[in-house]
Amino acid sequence: MAGRAQIPTSNSALIAMIADEDTVTGFLMAGVGNVDLRRKTNYLIVDSKTTVKAIEDTFKDYTTREDIAIILISQYVANMIRFLVDSYNKPVPAILEIPSKDHPYDPAHDSVLSRVKYLFSAESVASGRR
Amino acid sequence: MSGQSQRLNVVPTVTMLGIMKARLVGATRGHALLKKKSDALTVQFRQILKKIVSTKESMGEIMKTSSFSLTEAKYVAGENIKHVVLESVQTASLKVRSRQENVAGVKLPKFEYFTEGETKNDLTGLARGGQQVQQCRAAYVKAIEVLVELASLQTSFLTLDEAIKTTNRRVNALENVVKPRLENTISYIKGELDELEREDFFRLKKIQGYKKREIEKQLAAAKEFVEDKFAEKISLQKGISINAAHNLLSAAREKDEDIIF
Repeated sequence: MAGRAQIPTSNSALIAMIADEDTVTGFLMAGVGNVDLRRKTNYLIVDSKTTVKAIEDTFKDYTTREDIAIILISQYVANMIRFLVDSYNKPVPAILEIPSKDHPYDPAHDSVLSRVKYLFSAESVASGRR
Repeated sequence: MSGQSQRLNVVPTVTMLGIMKARLVGATRGHALLKKKSDALTVQFRQILKKIVSTKESMGEIMKTSSFSLTEAKYVAGENIKHVVLESVQTASLKVRSRQENVAGVKLPKFEYFTEGETKNDLTGLARGGQQVQQCRAAYVKAIEVLVELASLQTSFLTLDEAIKTTNRRVNALENVVKPRLENTISYIKGELDELEREDFFRLKKIQGYKKREIEKQLAAAKEFVEDKFAEKISLQKGISINAAHNLLSAAREKDEDIIF
C-alpha cells in the first residue's frame, strides 16, 4: 500500500533528544547518550545561543537516521519548529514532546495530543451515529 | 444521482451475467470483511486513545519528579556534575527494541527499552552526593520507561489512524460505487436478455404461424389432388376419362367448326 510506511524492526535503537541542558543531563545520566565514531551525538542541547536553523537541521537528521527509534523533544523547542513537527507523519522514529523544567507543559500545542482531543470529541459524535 | 445510472460497459450475455454475479458476491464478501476489520481497528483505536490521554497526564508528573531529583543532585553534588555527565558520554547503555504487533492485519510498532552493558556514570558524584545522583538516575530511567511506552502508543495511534482511514475509504467505495455499479450492470444484462427472449419468442411465433398456413395450403392442395384423382378413377371405370371427355369436348370445339348440333 502506498500510504503505509514500513515499520522496521530492530533489536537495538537509540533514543534521541532535543532539549534544554538540564533535561538532556538527566537523560544522559540514565544512559541514553551515544557518541559514534565521527563524534556525532544523539542529543542536542538547546540554549539561548542555539539557532532555529541548527534545531531544524538536527531534527531532520534525527528523523532520517536509521538507528533512532524515538525522538524526545522539549515542547518549547518543538514550538520553534512547529511546522516541521506537524508535517512529520512517519511512524518511526516516533516524536515525543516532553515538558521541560522552565516551560510548563501545554497539551494544546502537542501535535498528537491535539489530534487525540479532536478525535475524542469526534468519536463521541460518531459513536452516536453508528 | 450520477452514480445510480452507472454501469460497466459490457456485452449483455449470459456468460457476462454469471461473471457479474460472481463479482457482486465477491464485492459483498469483501465489504463485510472490511467492515469487520474497520470495527476491530476502531475498538483498538479507542483503547489506545484512552491510554494515551492517561499516560500523557502521568508523564507530566514523572517529568516533574525527575527534574526535581536532578535539582537535588545538582545541589548536593555541585553545579559541575553536568559537565562530568556530558563528558562521560560514550555509548548508550539504555536502548530501545522495536517489534511489531499485528492487529487485524495492521502492523503496529511496539517499543521496549532495555539496558545493555554497564553505565559509565557509576563513579559520578563519588566525592559527594552519590546517593542523590543515583536517585536521579533511577528517576530518569523511570521517566524513560513511561516515555517509551507513550512513544509506542503514539506511533500505534498514528498508524491505526491511517489504517482506519484507508479501510473506511475502501468500505465506502465498495458500498457506494462498486456494488451499485455491479447491480446496475446485472439489471441491465437481465433486461437486455429478457428483451432478447421476447424478440425470439415473437419470431418463433411468427414462424410457427407461417408454417401452419403453409401446411394448411399443402393439405388443401393434396385434398384437391386426391379428389381429382378419385373422380378420374370413377370416370375411367365408366369407360371414359373425364379428361378425355373434356378433351373431346374441347377438341370438338376447337377443330370441328362445321359440326352443328
